[in-house]
Amino acid sequence: METVVKRLGVWALVLLASIAAIALTPDAGFAIHMGIVALVAVILIVATLGTYDPVARAQSIFRMPPGPSRYDDDVIRWGVIATMFWGVVGLLVGVFIAAQLAFPQLNFEPYLNFGRVRPLHTSAVIFAFGGNALLATSFYVVQRTCRTTLALPGVARFVFWGYQLFIVLAATGYVLGISQGREYAEPEWYVDLWLTIVWLAYAAVFVGTILQRREPHIYVANWFYLAFILTIAMLHVVNNLALPVSLLGTKSYSVFAGVQDALTQWWYGHNAVGFFLTAGFLAMMYYFVPKQAGRPVYSYRLSIIHFWSLIFLYIWAGPHHLHYTALPDWAQTLGMVFSVMLWMPSWGGMINGLMTLNGAWDKVRTDPIIRMMVLALAFYGMSTFEGPMLSIKAVNSLSHYTDWTIGHVHSGALGWNGMITFACVYYLTPRLWNRERLYSLRMINWHFWLATLGIVFYAASMWVAGITQGLMWREYGADGYLVNSFVDTVAALHPMYVLRGVGGLMYLSGAIIMAWNTAMTIAGKERAEAPMGDVSTDTSADHPLLPTFAAEPAE
Amino acid sequence: MTNKRIDEPTGTEFVGHEWDGIEELNTPLPRWWLYTFYATILFALVYVVLYPAWPMLEGATPGTLGWSSRGQLEQEMRAADAARAGVRAQIAATDIEALAGNPQLMQAAIAGGAAAFKVNCVQCHGAGAAGSPGYPNLNDDDWLWGGTLTDIQTTLAHGIRWEASPETRTNFMPAFEGVLQPAEADAVARHVLALSGKAKDSPQGAQLFADNCAACHGPTGGGLPAMGAPALNDAIWLYGGTQADVKRQILAPRHGVMPAWQGRLDPVTIKMLAAYVHSRGGGQDAAPSAAAPEATPDATKVASN
Repeated sequence: METVVKRLGVWALVLLASIAAIALTPDAGFAIHMGIVALVAVILIVATLGTYDPVARAQSIFRMPPGPSRYDDDVIRWGVIATMFWGVVGLLVGVFIAAQLAFPQLNFEPYLNFGRVRPLHTSAVIFAFGGNALLATSFYVVQRTCRTTLALPGVARFVFWGYQLFIVLAATGYVLGISQGREYAEPEWYVDLWLTIVWLAYAAVFVGTILQRREPHIYVANWFYLAFILTIAMLHVVNNLALPVSLLGTKSYSVFAGVQDALTQWWYGHNAVGFFLTAGFLAMMYYFVPKQAGRPVYSYRLSIIHFWSLIFLYIWAGPHHLHYTALPDWAQTLGMVFSVMLWMPSWGGMINGLMTLNGAWDKVRTDPIIRMMVLALAFYGMSTFEGPMLSIKAVNSLSHYTDWTIGHVHSGALGWNGMITFACVYYLTPRLWNRERLYSLRMINWHFWLATLGIVFYAASMWVAGITQGLMWREYGADGYLVNSFVDTVAALHPMYVLRGVGGLMYLSGAIIMAWNTAMTIAGKERAEAPMGDVSTDTSADHPLLPTFAAEPAE
Repeated sequence: MTNKRIDEPTGTEFVGHEWDGIEELNTPLPRWWLYTFYATILFALVYVVLYPAWPMLEGATPGTLGWSSRGQLEQEMRAADAARAGVRAQIAATDIEALAGNPQLMQAAIAGGAAAFKVNCVQCHGAGAAGSPGYPNLNDDDWLWGGTLTDIQTTLAHGIRWEASPETRTNFMPAFEGVLQPAEADAVARHVLALSGKAKDSPQGAQLFADNCAACHGPTGGGLPAMGAPALNDAIWLYGGTQADVKRQILAPRHGVMPAWQGRLDPVTIKMLAAYVHSRGGGQDAAPSAAAPEATPDATKVASN
């Protein structure tokens, strides 16, 4: 009873503070954001009141873990649903901005212009879709490989809901025009502070769970998760150091300026790719690939060497985003050579993933989830080769600022991050909801081929577009003058932009099929379908016909 | 490592740990992987000696090749400038009206002008120089301030209504809001359209035009390039050619601004731009238009009347 009163008091204070902020701020966007915070406080007050009743407490969304004999999977179930939800939203927005680039008439001012919707897409797919996948899988994997339940179960629930609030504040902020203009770190200072709190809570749950493990060693997946969580905390805090103009307003200014600011931004941006989209997702790979294949990990030694070399080298590679800029040459050189050295450490993960299938390669034919994992690893290998190649200055002078970069990012994001996440969600859904099997395996097959074709359309069109653009920009005529104006290059790229949109639409269709498939699985339905696998042979029918009967004339 | 179990499909030894059913094999590092890793490290070591790399107390190591990105840019720009220098010197030495007498030089000037146009002019006049409402089309033979090479060069150098340039060309079409009744404005607009056969004329419109407009635009609407009065009889419109558009321009005219490029672009580039614009199809041959600059004060006087 007393704790209920205390909590009610805290939420009421939050509510009052946000109402006061709404009343005092001259900034409409800030008022809307504080309105969202107030709404959350109201929901929490209602939920807290609900916990007063012991019966309601059991049904409340904040129900606590079943006990030390069962894994604490509630947060993971919510995380899987959130992953699918934000995935479809993020891809839908992606298709929309692809259409905007091909048909600029689709820019609806001011809320839905490209400048506002583009960060909505990137944040939704990276932080909402990818972030929820990492959150859910890390809690799943760390419990199972440590043979213990989550440390601090209440904090784990706070992490999930706090992270969703961060996503909502970030996403609404972009559409309202609230942005600090740092790529992949657009949310303003107060949203950043909130994420810092949530992230430290996440680190506490994860590290706490590892500390109370019942296994002598820490599994490699957990090394990667830990590297991801700790490094993202550091990157997020340093990159977002800023002074707000007013405590009752959205606007803030970075404490860095000029080229230092640019370098900080790309140190963050590059390592968001390195530690969020690479290390975190490699952690998913290290658990789910051996589980799904039923095979041991290929090489323990490779996992040690490639983990430490990847972690050590990645953090220095950021300056390659600032080749041929005001950044001093020495920093550009170091950014480039560290990126080149990063090639093999990145490939270590691909080798360990693919070679784990040694002795189970036949499953690529029969198991669509394994097929997705193999494709994900193949795209991981492709984009981690392409990355070091693009970081070489001579190549970068052609590729920089062109759509080649967009193609590179998406072959990694759609091929590697998307496909491995889909495979993990397909693995998790029947297990988390105690279903015999997925609603449909054949629909995974549809998803697989739609997504694969979509990526091929996307990446191929952006490679062609990027190289065309790069060559047109630098084209000199015989008289010694540039041949093309910028708008000439834009006109030349139009067909590629349309093709890219088609690719994105195919990828989105696959994800929608998946959302349906997982929703039906959660609902407990099973689609009546022929099982996947080898074509059956009827040996009794496998013989020539003997000419015993003469043909009878028709009547 | 107590157990030396062997994984059957691969024939490799297990390490011995197990987590939730996942085991690990003790496969050595693939040799090709390791040697490629060494090769990239070697590449990096050599590269950081050759190129600027190590930050020291005062500046970074310059690298043994002496390369710098600024140096490379300077070198490439110098080479490009040197390649163009001969032609540019020739263009600089040639009077703009004499350019046409040297087709090869004219061709070079047009090429250079086309490149400069793509950087400086397309924003308003469009990539094909076809303009848009409020921004003149440069492909036709309708010129507000004259279409000879000299005229175009003057417009480029000093701009139109560009206050920062003392030699800019200025004129103002007076606003007839309050001077003409709405019905009268309609009549004048119809007369203006009738000059190119686009509407039915009326005696009232013709009379009002003769009284108020003909002084600058000419009795038949032929215009007066010397003072920037547009021709009204060629069905080419800067602000639209409907009855409503023309009426609006009579009652509350808009006055576009063209920046002066002298000082921002070098004289040779301006000359080349003039050659390019002249070559778009509507360029006029040099005639007695050398008096064009003198027309400026007159035009201002007329406009202020």
